[in-house]
Amino acid sequence: MTPSKKLTFSRRSFLKTSALAGGGIIIGFNLFNSCKSDVKPAIDLSQLNYNDFNAFIKISPEGKVTIFSPNPEIGQGVKTSMPMIIAEELEVAWEDVYVVQAPLDTANYNRQVAGGSQSIRHGWTALRQTGATAKQMLVNAAAAKWGVDASECSVKEGVISNAKGETFNYGDVVNEAATLEIPEEVSLKDPNDFTIIGQGKGNVDIDRIITGKPLFGLDYKVEGMLYASVLRPPAFGQKLESYDASAAKSLPGVVDVITIGKKVRAYNEAGNRNWSMVMSDSDKVVVIAKTTWDAFKGKKALKAVWKTDTPLESTEKHDEILNGLLTGKEFNTRRKDGDVAKAFANADKVIERVYESPFLPHNTLEPMNFFADVTDEKVNLVGPVQTPESAQKVVADLLGRDIETVSVDMTRMGGGFGRRLYGDFVYEAAEISDAIRKPIKMVSSREDDMTTGVYRPAIKYRIAASIKDGKLTGYHLKEAAVNSNMYGLIPNFFPAGAVENYQVDTANYRSNITTGAWRAPYTNFLASAEQSFFDELAEELGVDRVKLHMDLLENVKNNPDPKIEYSPERLQGVLKLAVEKSNWGKSESGVYQGLSVYYCHNTHVAEVADITMENGIPSVKKVTCAIDCGIVINPLGAMNQCKGGVLDGIGHAMYSDFGFSNGVPQSNNFNSYQLIRMGQTPKVDIHFIENDIDPTGLGEPTLPPVGAAVANAIYKATGKRLTKQPYMSNMNVEEKILG
Amino acid sequence: MPTFNLKINNETHSVEADMDTPLLWVLRDKINLVGTKFGCGIGQCGSCTVHVDGNAMRSCLLQVSQAEGMDITTIEGLSENGDHVVQQAWKEVDVPQCGYCQAGQIMTASAFLNNNPNPSESEIRNAMHGNICRCAAYNSIEEAVKLASEKLS
Ligand code: FES
Ligand code: FES
Repeated sequence: MTPSKKLTFSRRSFLKTSALAGGGIIIGFNLFNSCKSDVKPAIDLSQLNYNDFNAFIKISPEGKVTIFSPNPEIGQGVKTSMPMIIAEELEVAWEDVYVVQAPLDTANYNRQVAGGSQSIRHGWTALRQTGATAKQMLVNAAAAKWGVDASECSVKEGVISNAKGETFNYGDVVNEAATLEIPEEVSLKDPNDFTIIGQGKGNVDIDRIITGKPLFGLDYKVEGMLYASVLRPPAFGQKLESYDASAAKSLPGVVDVITIGKKVRAYNEAGNRNWSMVMSDSDKVVVIAKTTWDAFKGKKALKAVWKTDTPLESTEKHDEILNGLLTGKEFNTRRKDGDVAKAFANADKVIERVYESPFLPHNTLEPMNFFADVTDEKVNLVGPVQTPESAQKVVADLLGRDIETVSVDMTRMGGGFGRRLYGDFVYEAAEISDAIRKPIKMVSSREDDMTTGVYRPAIKYRIAASIKDGKLTGYHLKEAAVNSNMYGLIPNFFPAGAVENYQVDTANYRSNITTGAWRAPYTNFLASAEQSFFDELAEELGVDRVKLHMDLLENVKNNPDPKIEYSPERLQGVLKLAVEKSNWGKSESGVYQGLSVYYCHNTHVAEVADITMENGIPSVKKVTCAIDCGIVINPLGAMNQCKGGVLDGIGHAMYSDFGFSNGVPQSNNFNSYQLIRMGQTPKVDIHFIENDIDPTGLGEPTLPPVGAAVANAIYKATGKRLTKQPYMSNMNVEEKILG
Repeated sequence: MPTFNLKINNETHSVEADMDTPLLWVLRDKINLVGTKFGCGIGQCGSCTVHVDGNAMRSCLLQVSQAEGMDITTIEGLSENGDHVVQQAWKEVDVPQCGYCQAGQIMTASAFLNNNPNPSESEIRNAMHGNICRCAAYNSIEEAVKLASEKLS
């Protein structure tokens, strides 16, 4: 191993070590403080205990290494990949590492949130430093025992050797190491010497998953726990007027029927409503029962009367409103380069298209659920939530408790896709248990989950481009969305910087339907719209699709705009790789190809879809996907994530639809809502660009581009441009894919 | 409430439940076998798949009263040590993403391969079509079923 770079950091800002009472060392770090370098917590080793710092690494005198994975696991593999980073720098064999989910300790964990594909990106350097520091302390301890200089020692797989060939296992020196100063300076490995990062490592929970061990929120139970099923307003815009629980109460398994909602209303009325509080202000009726089934049955037996509180909305109405916004004048300009109006006025030709997408529920396969046990002294919350930190705080405020008395433990999550960023189900569980002072688990049925969701909002884009002398001179994108608009730097994504006259405008309509983040927010449809439009534009310009893109990206290279965070070189790189690996333009007869290139979540992706037509129905056969996400930490996990993103993207672009009528969702289970199934799936062929750039996210970036790749391929096969998702409903073909 | 005697994973369990209680909830809430998962409750997703007399069945649709006298196997009873050939294949391919659907996928695949140890690609795709994987780990699931069938032959 050749150390590549010496790295100095202020240890006092984020690292702590302690000897363990039973022997061994525990090393923790505080990323939270490392972000604020002026904060220097006093370190008094004698005062430290396990709970104080929630260590990332524990090494026992037997040499056993336990790594506490700090990030919630929703299927994106961080429970495996984050410990891999530590183990790499710690120089231990992966087989000797035991990984456990760390409990919530917000004081010591930075960004304990799984979302936005950012977990790895934020943790990368700090996790490496932690591993490297731990290794250095063990080496220093061994060197001191031998009376040699630490630089004469080397480490391989948890065994320290000196020049004479003597060895110590890590376990032999942990107790000494625990008493040493934390080194100010450590070396990080050269990525070329990585032995764990870049190697495919299986999911750390694999044995428990394939044998059906309790792992998920829905599996968690304690002695005496009751089950709660919540009746919420059936339509957005309704509130509870009255209810009759007599039939429900007469059922043998039903223990009690109560209402909740007051706490949430009081919290909101006090002006505390925050982003995670995406729930109706109505009272809700809760059936408490001995089993989940008893609770579901009890809920069905309730008779409730609802009153209309705010207008009941429908899909037709949304279409009308969003179309009105697109043709209207009220916009928020998000980026403006040059003068699009002038470019359009001087154009030889202007092309303009409208692209439309529906609301979408998340449909995590594990429905929303949460455990709460509220007693006079404390509040104990357990379950699948992507934002434990905010859940803890809101519940403390909601119930008027000190935050120290509220604990949140995370379980493995049966999918997230953005849904579990919101805490509505945690707050409901807490309010229920607070009312009856018993441990309960709130369990949503699939119908509850799908009809009281936090949906991806319906969005429409109007894209117009001006062509002058065979060149693209202007690009104007307008977004009309329900509730909120594209955020952050999205208006500065491609083709910002590539077209002289460029403008992005947004407008929105406030609806009473709850909406929120859904895997790759905004870009999940924006990419489809934009990359379909470029396909049409290339045709209009009479230029090869790949060449058009390459040339436009060339323009960006001379554009020093700090807001443009995508790299034209890296986008060109993935485009080239996808073209090469997919045999672009050389497909056999009857196979039609479509291309799409996109940057989001700091990752650059190009995809080519191969389709065939079978009885007039498009069938996606293969998707070639080239990705530049920097260093790939766990290729096995990364591959899974990327393939899943592509197939998820195809499924929702092609099949999934979700509308409203009089405020009521028009689908409520998988018999009326289509999710992609195996028979609809192509083979996904993933290729990573190899480089040494710090890693970026993988949970989301492969999803957005694929819709356009498929639509562009369908155009080649049928001559029909698809602009409205789901594409299958828009093709006048019937395909039943329900189970 | 009536009592039912159920034979699950070669053990007899005596449970009190309403006649119409789906086997799924008896397994999960009364017998503590939580490996069988709830996804839809209406037979559409396959998360709750168990073996009944060797055939893959959706436990959310099977009432406890109908399950008496049948030989029921859940994911917990598929093998002694998690070493059923399908489980091994799942591990080798590293199939799971969130993992929630996987017990159901494994139960469907194992019953299918029992009847058809050497299936074609389209037979595999048809057999697995009823099981939803929301994480869309379909490529890996398909690969693992194929690998398991190769191990069998
Ligand atoms: S829960 Fe039984 S098929 Fe979905
Ligand atoms: S692995 Fe998540 S639902 Fe299949």
